[in-house]
Amino acid sequence: MIYRTLFGAPSRHFGSSFADVEGMRRQMERLFETYGDRPLARAGAGVFPAVNITEDADAYYVSAELPGVNSADLDLNITANQMTLAGERKILEEAADARYHRREREAGRFSRAVALPGEIDPDNVKARMVDGVLTVTIAKAEKAKPRQIAVQ
Amino acid sequence: MSDTKEMKVIEKQAVALPAEQTKPGPVFTPNVDIFETEKAITLLVDMPGVKANELNVDLRDDTLTLTGDVLPNVGAPGEKIYAEYETGRFYRQFSLSEVIVQEKIDAKLSDGVLRLTLPKVEKATPRRIAVQAG
Repeated sequence: MIYRTLFGAPSRHFGSSFADVEGMRRQMERLFETYGDRPLARAGAGVFPAVNITEDADAYYVSAELPGVNSADLDLNITANQMTLAGERKILEEAADARYHRREREAGRFSRAVALPGEIDPDNVKARMVDGVLTVTIAKAEKAKPRQIAVQ
Repeated sequence: MSDTKEMKVIEKQAVALPAEQTKPGPVFTPNVDIFETEKAITLLVDMPGVKANELNVDLRDDTLTLTGDVLPNVGAPGEKIYAEYETGRFYRQFSLSEVIVQEKIDAKLSDGVLRLTLPKVEKATPRRIAVQAG
């Protein structure tokens, strides 16, 4: 408890060596994932926000965690092969007599360009913000969609 | 507070819990702001992707526990082709030094941010006593 209040870094619980080993194992796995053949890029270009991209047969899905960001403060642009996401995260001022004990949440501007992995249809893009997570659904270009070929 | 500051990526902090999990997956420490006024203690907690019914706020004795589960792959179906962040459970515990009016605790979740207001018991609000010279 003293550790917490002094350093404000409550992420570690001491006294459980098994859990520590577990955490170490996970970190090692991460390290290998980064250099292995799985396409995981940890913290990417170091540009906020971190994004995840998934795909299915029809579309790419770009998601980013943006808690507390108003959708009105987001600026999303798309070109043939790139998506740019810019905006600002605002943290409102609280009552004048508020005394802060901890301030970990950050505010500020951000701007990020994401290269899209394939051909897309720029006219068919949808963006949704749910519970602080932005998901952009980008339809693949007709010619980039997989086509089933009947074998004769 | 300067609003024009550039934001940086801060990797989510994974935590090791004292007990083993029954569900697999990472557990993260959410970022919080805590401030206190004369009447209440307020916590603002970033929990992106947590739905209100997956969020658990528990106050037992002096220990406040916040748990939020993120359902995997919500809104982003298909196969992962590029990943910079992981999702999982959010967990954080605080020990409160003030006495809280349990019935008046207010929790609101909007846009992935939990706002938890913990009103202090009347007695705890400071009372100024004027000292008279005589």
